[in-house]
Amino acid sequence: MKRSYNKTPMPEQAPEIRWNNFEEVALGYDLESGILEASRCLQCKDAPCILKCPVMIGIPGFIKAIKEENIQKAYEIISRYSNLPAICGRVCPQEKQCEMVCRLGQSKKFEPVAIGKLERLVADWALEQPVEKVERTFHKGKVAIVGSGPSGLTAAGDLAKLGYKVVIFEALHTAGGVLTYGIPEFRLPKRIVAKEIERIEALGVTIETNVVVGKTITIEEIQRDFDACYIAVGAGAPHFMGIPGSALNGVYSSSEYLTRINLMHGYQFPTYDTPVQKAAKVAVIGGGNVAMDAARSAKRMGASQVTVIYRRSVEELPARVEEYHHSVEEGIEYSWLTNPVAYLDDGTGKLAGVQCVKMELGEPDASGRRRPVTIPGSEFVIEADVAIEAIGQGSNKVLLATFPELAVNKWGYIDADEETCATNVPGIFAGGDIVTGAATVILAMGAGKLAAKEIDQYVTAKEA
Amino acid sequence: MFKMTEKRKLAEKEYEIWVEAPRVAEKAKPGQFVILRTTAFGERIPLTIVKTDPLSGRVCLIFQVIGKSTAELAALNPNDRLQDFVGPLGMPSEIKNYGTVLLVGGGVGIAALFPIVKGLKEAGNRVITVLGAKTRELVILKEECRAFSDQLIVMTDDGSDGNQGLVTAAMEDVFLRETVDVAWAIGPSVMMKFAAKMAQNYDVPIYVSLNPIMIDGTGMCGGCRVTVADSVKFACVDGPEFLGTEVNWEEFIQRMKQYSREETDSYEAYIRQVNPFGEKKLQQNTDAGTGAGNPVE
Repeated sequence: MKRSYNKTPMPEQAPEIRWNNFEEVALGYDLESGILEASRCLQCKDAPCILKCPVMIGIPGFIKAIKEENIQKAYEIISRYSNLPAICGRVCPQEKQCEMVCRLGQSKKFEPVAIGKLERLVADWALEQPVEKVERTFHKGKVAIVGSGPSGLTAAGDLAKLGYKVVIFEALHTAGGVLTYGIPEFRLPKRIVAKEIERIEALGVTIETNVVVGKTITIEEIQRDFDACYIAVGAGAPHFMGIPGSALNGVYSSSEYLTRINLMHGYQFPTYDTPVQKAAKVAVIGGGNVAMDAARSAKRMGASQVTVIYRRSVEELPARVEEYHHSVEEGIEYSWLTNPVAYLDDGTGKLAGVQCVKMELGEPDASGRRRPVTIPGSEFVIEADVAIEAIGQGSNKVLLATFPELAVNKWGYIDADEETCATNVPGIFAGGDIVTGAATVILAMGAGKLAAKEIDQYVTAKEA
Repeated sequence: MFKMTEKRKLAEKEYEIWVEAPRVAEKAKPGQFVILRTTAFGERIPLTIVKTDPLSGRVCLIFQVIGKSTAELAALNPNDRLQDFVGPLGMPSEIKNYGTVLLVGGGVGIAALFPIVKGLKEAGNRVITVLGAKTRELVILKEECRAFSDQLIVMTDDGSDGNQGLVTAAMEDVFLRETVDVAWAIGPSVMMKFAAKMAQNYDVPIYVSLNPIMIDGTGMCGGCRVTVADSVKFACVDGPEFLGTEVNWEEFIQRMKQYSREETDSYEAYIRQVNPFGEKKLQQNTDAGTGAGNPVE
């Protein structure tokens, strides 16, 4: 059979239907499409895709198993490397990772193999299978993990498989971190997250919710009761631009807006008790995945006009390409090369609009991207009754403030060794966004895997 | 799940509950709060920790029924369970020996004031406490506060207990009479705002405890942001106590109204589900079989 030039298409909800609901947009491959797509893989011996995957999944191997219609085998291969494949298959920026270096995609005519979509097919199949409760003995020691986001969950899964008794402490009432409160239902259904977490718990991992480490229990208590600790609390403290009018009613951080919607089910108010302000016109500030998520959520909350305000141009947009395309299909508008300078008051303390200036791109900055420069006299107003700032997050000080011995860098992130996740305090490891600053789910998972390996070595050496 | 072990009605729409939460009971200090969720459909609401009993692992909260979530909480009975309960959150009050301290509580805010009264007395201060409420019945924790105060002054709007008038009048009397080293005021926003002005007139530093809208309560959303001394602070992690003279009160009061329409709708829909006395739900939401049918109290 002739190899198709393009990726096998995945069915999606039509834009004009999906912008009215929070159901998943991409509906997933069936087995037939999966086999078709799997047969496009060249089965490269030196597989560049593996090297570009932060957890180095044996990609050609699992794709071959799909082609042979052995989904069980494909799942076994993936789970050797990843504890959260249904999540990564959905939210990884594959175009910047495995699929970017796919040899098929390197040729002019062909699109790369849809590795993420194939991973998702396998993982979703596995989630439908009954969870096997393996009785494990935890003979190697006790490890505490602070934070139940992708990094903490991954480390927990690997450590449990190695024979450790693992307890995860989570501050919120539901586990999952950004998978639960940040990424919306229409990209990552919460039942998928819940099922993946059940799988981790089935390995013998205990998750204690409603525990704020530093407040409810202290790091000293953890050091006393556990052989090692992995801190994976993420970068959850929102940044605000601090422009005039930031306190007006209707101005949100993306963290608050998305937490209300995702974690608290605000879109199902009043069935759920947490409200989210309904707005006719919404302005979202920023250009990352979080900005896309906030804009698309606002559309689903019934806004007739949603404008993303970004200070650079479409070429510099840091969001996943697929999410940007989805947002455009859903009618999200973009105001490129635009920077907000003030929020305007409608006279009653509510937001009336966002005062902006136009920008032009100057010389490249340290990051290699052309730096936006204000065009004098270009002020204009974007009308909005809700504005959502999605300009990034920083490190949350609640835990760090109670643990001053732990070294942090000049940005307030934990100063951990990238090769080992070790901090300056013996037995305390750290990884994910609290070390790197806000990054991706898969990088956080990679750090979790590394931490598990290093913690195993540390505890084993200590016992010896 | 967190078991409620006791419930007592203190006044019209005001309740005291005890909840089993051993870790919170062990760690809590004056000025800190918890966030709780009554049911799996519930919202996260902040409530100040009033008392703790570390031996039995229990935490005491006092709240006023002002909307759906507090009404739902008031409808629970001993042995019912709360879905979620997390804390202690926020920075503790700065308890030390200042000399003479003036503590002002208004309405249900007296509940949040009480642990500070107790803490400051135990730290060796001369403690003058002013309690204010609309009527005699709403002056809660009066005897508890008296036990830890060198002087207790009660002010009621209708004169049914103590003196008739506002707490600020009592504050001024104290300031005119003696030197006060530091003050606290906890109550409705407007009361705190005017208490701060009064203290400023007499150059007395005054702490207030802010109660903005909160969601997570751990510094990750900024929903509770307030402007203090012209900079943005998150009340859940930087506060909830701030110097009253540095708070931007207009902004704070405005932000409290953000969801007033949704709150009213939600409460009215809830009331339609309960009997005309408004105290017992016809349908128990989560834990059935725990003495359903017993009226409150």
